[in-house]
Amino acid sequence: MSFEITDQRLDPDALKNALTREAAGACVSFEGWVRDHSDGEAVTALEYEAHAPLANKEGQQIFEEAAERFDLLAAFGRHRVGRLEIGECAVWVGVSAAHRGVAFDACRYIIDELKQRVPIWKKEHYRSGPSGWINSVTGSASADRETPS
Amino acid sequence: MINVTAQYFAVFREQAGLHVESLTTSATTAEDLYVEVSARHGFADSMARCKVAINEELAAWTASLTEGDVVLFFPPVAGG
Repeated sequence: MSFEITDQRLDPDALKNALTREAAGACVSFEGWVRDHSDGEAVTALEYEAHAPLANKEGQQIFEEAAERFDLLAAFGRHRVGRLEIGECAVWVGVSAAHRGVAFDACRYIIDELKQRVPIWKKEHYRSGPSGWINSVTGSASADRETPS
Repeated sequence: MINVTAQYFAVFREQAGLHVESLTTSATTAEDLYVEVSARHGFADSMARCKVAINEELAAWTASLTEGDVVLFFPPVAGG
């Protein structure tokens, strides 16, 4: 069980391979990608900032909570920081377990908690010029909508 | 009065126009200090949605401040 903030490109295949266990009957992973639009604006890139020491600590805490709640065999997470282009993977969470129900539930729990609790911030760069910090509560710099990603 | 260091992140850093500042303050809690700096820098986010850390540990807004503390102000998080 581990979580890390990284400024390196995420490699979902390599991360997934690390979940392999002989007792595992299910693997569920989630990839958050940078998309080209947000709230009607054309997005050209995203910039992520974190307070790495506390982000790593809070992220680790979430994985430990998941290990207590769910019967997991393995679980890992990574979150990129820095400037990301359209299509790049910003966050990756993967778990393996004996059965699929636990794997789906645990993966969902972890990504939802990461988005709510870990000190990471996201700035959208728009084709129209200005940029905006995204607010996780409103989901947008300007209006109510689903949180990106 | 005590001397503390305040650090700002993301939108707070941009609104304040700086990442770190040294303050001499009459604030006795993290909450008092947030009220003071948010008024000066124009931070609009309510405390309930922000987080504070003191000396690299997440803290409650009611936590007491002491001489030399480093206080980190985090705007609402938005990972993923």
